[in-house]
Amino acid sequence: MALSKQEWLDLEKKVNDLRHLTLQTTVWAGSGHLGGGMSVLDLLTVLYYKYLNIKVDDPKWEDRDRFILSKGHAAIAYAPVLCDKGFNDPEMLKTFNLSGSKMGMHLDSNKVVGVDASTGSLGHGASIAAGTALAARILGKSYLTYIVTGDGELDEGSNWEAFMTMNHYKLSNCIVFVDRNHNMIDGNTEDVMALEPLADKFVAFGFNTVTVDGNNIKELCDAIDAAIERSKEAQAPTCIIMDTLKGAGLTSVQGDYHTHYMAIDDPTFEKYNAELDAYYAERVARAEKEAE
Amino acid sequence: MAGGFVYNAIDQTEVATAEIYGKAIADIMLNDPKVVAITADLAKSTKLGDVLKVCPERVINVGIAEQDMMGVAAGMAKAGIIPFVSGFSAFCSMRACDQLHTDICYQKANVKIVATHSGTSFGQAGSTHHAIADLAITRSLPNLTVICPADGFETANAVNAAYNTEGPFYIRINRGFDLVLYDNMDYGFEVGKAVTINEGTDITVIACGSCVAQAKKAAEFLKNADGLSVRVLNMHTIKPIDKEAILKAVLETRRIITVEDHLTTGGLGSAVSEVVVESGKACAFKMLGHESFAMIGLQEDIMADAGIDANGIIASVREVMKKDFEEDNDWDDEY
Repeated sequence: MALSKQEWLDLEKKVNDLRHLTLQTTVWAGSGHLGGGMSVLDLLTVLYYKYLNIKVDDPKWEDRDRFILSKGHAAIAYAPVLCDKGFNDPEMLKTFNLSGSKMGMHLDSNKVVGVDASTGSLGHGASIAAGTALAARILGKSYLTYIVTGDGELDEGSNWEAFMTMNHYKLSNCIVFVDRNHNMIDGNTEDVMALEPLADKFVAFGFNTVTVDGNNIKELCDAIDAAIERSKEAQAPTCIIMDTLKGAGLTSVQGDYHTHYMAIDDPTFEKYNAELDAYYAERVARAEKEAE
Repeated sequence: MAGGFVYNAIDQTEVATAEIYGKAIADIMLNDPKVVAITADLAKSTKLGDVLKVCPERVINVGIAEQDMMGVAAGMAKAGIIPFVSGFSAFCSMRACDQLHTDICYQKANVKIVATHSGTSFGQAGSTHHAIADLAITRSLPNLTVICPADGFETANAVNAAYNTEGPFYIRINRGFDLVLYDNMDYGFEVGKAVTINEGTDITVIACGSCVAQAKKAAEFLKNADGLSVRVLNMHTIKPIDKEAILKAVLETRRIITVEDHLTTGGLGSAVSEVVVESGKACAFKMLGHESFAMIGLQEDIMADAGIDANGIIASVREVMKKDFEEDNDWDDEY
């Protein structure tokens, strides 16, 4: 599934559209977790438009790949993906976060089509993912489970219980991503609760661990291709630490922990849309250059 | 689906309730490859030995990690498996409460939790291992059916009912050898329907779990010693509570005592009192249970200390029978 140049450019266009839609959704909602949504959006795009074996017309298909957004607050970016894919009516995005909406700040798997797990309470997704991956083994199914945690989320000890389970049962059919955007509500992760050396921690927990630029589609795809290859036999699971920018694409503020939760007024909306366009142009130029 | 495990009175006298659970789940698992047992380093303590013998590949041990156990179970349920989770009640309900709430109840995951060592049945282990708040916690969680079986036969019935019913269940059983209440499994067990253990017209004792056998003994004693007609209801399902049986008791006996191996806040007594109060009918009412962290010791000694054994129930029945709650303006006897 090596990434062709055209595929790369198509994915760049798609993620750019989704960045704009995420920003727009934040405006409709009045505010939102824009920082962590933008940092993980490249991964969401790559998974949903290249890798996930899912059926939009049969969202509960039992052999589908599973995706668990353990950092459930990134729903502001995930909901646009699920609507764009066709699982839900895009009009629903206009109700995001509003009273009576099916789409809250954290998506409910019983209300939003295509969501495999209702997350939001941090530190839960990894165990659920271990469960779906173990179920695949027990039922003799070949589907894969993809799960993404935040980096601040890893402060929750329950994650590490799940990582021990993934390693103990050699769940290479479960691929773990960490959105390493370096920031959480109160500031930089290393100031709030030091995570480093993070990769060493995953190695110590038995994971085949790689670190990539999580805002680089080619690097993400290469790492996922390798993890899928490893999944073909039961062995140590793979953790892909994605070095990302919180608020990626909102170039005037990206990397700042204040992007964690933002309210956007009209002038800022215009400004950020322009920044996203410039960011897209840069990304396309990079893709054009690196694909050669 | 298969009806599940059936066993006889000889089994009942020779094996602990948890072992009966082990046999019941082993029988279900033999017949259904989609059932998996999950535990947190307690395969032996929760008596999954029989399961390990018949299908060890479907026993998942996550180590001492109850939060992980609940999350893994939720994930499995989402993939079409029926997980039976076994762990100590204290940790299923408290350590893993967020996972139980969010991963299982909120998402209506088809997970069956069989919580062992409930109440004060792990008596000498002390308050770290007593589960005397678990009914209050689990009763407050939407979508969760909560059952507190009275003996081994009822545990087997509860396990079969949970297996045959879609949705999350919390079944609360004891550690050791429970007093035998039933002669066999065929007494009409139905989720949400109290079982009348003893007919009576003077007062109703509503009990659950290990307190049902104590209530039965108390009723027999009071009949002979005091000539009292004591109704005993085995309220095995704490949620959904059997409102009909409670209201019938209010109207027909006008005196109710609840008894449980649990705190008096939030458990069976609270559930019954909610129905009584909402009915607007006058009814003398007393809740028996723990008022605080229990003493350390054998369960029978703890139950005696808390007044939830037969002697305690007898004393409370006599006290409540003295209450004159009818149409008078004399409140002295109410305080």
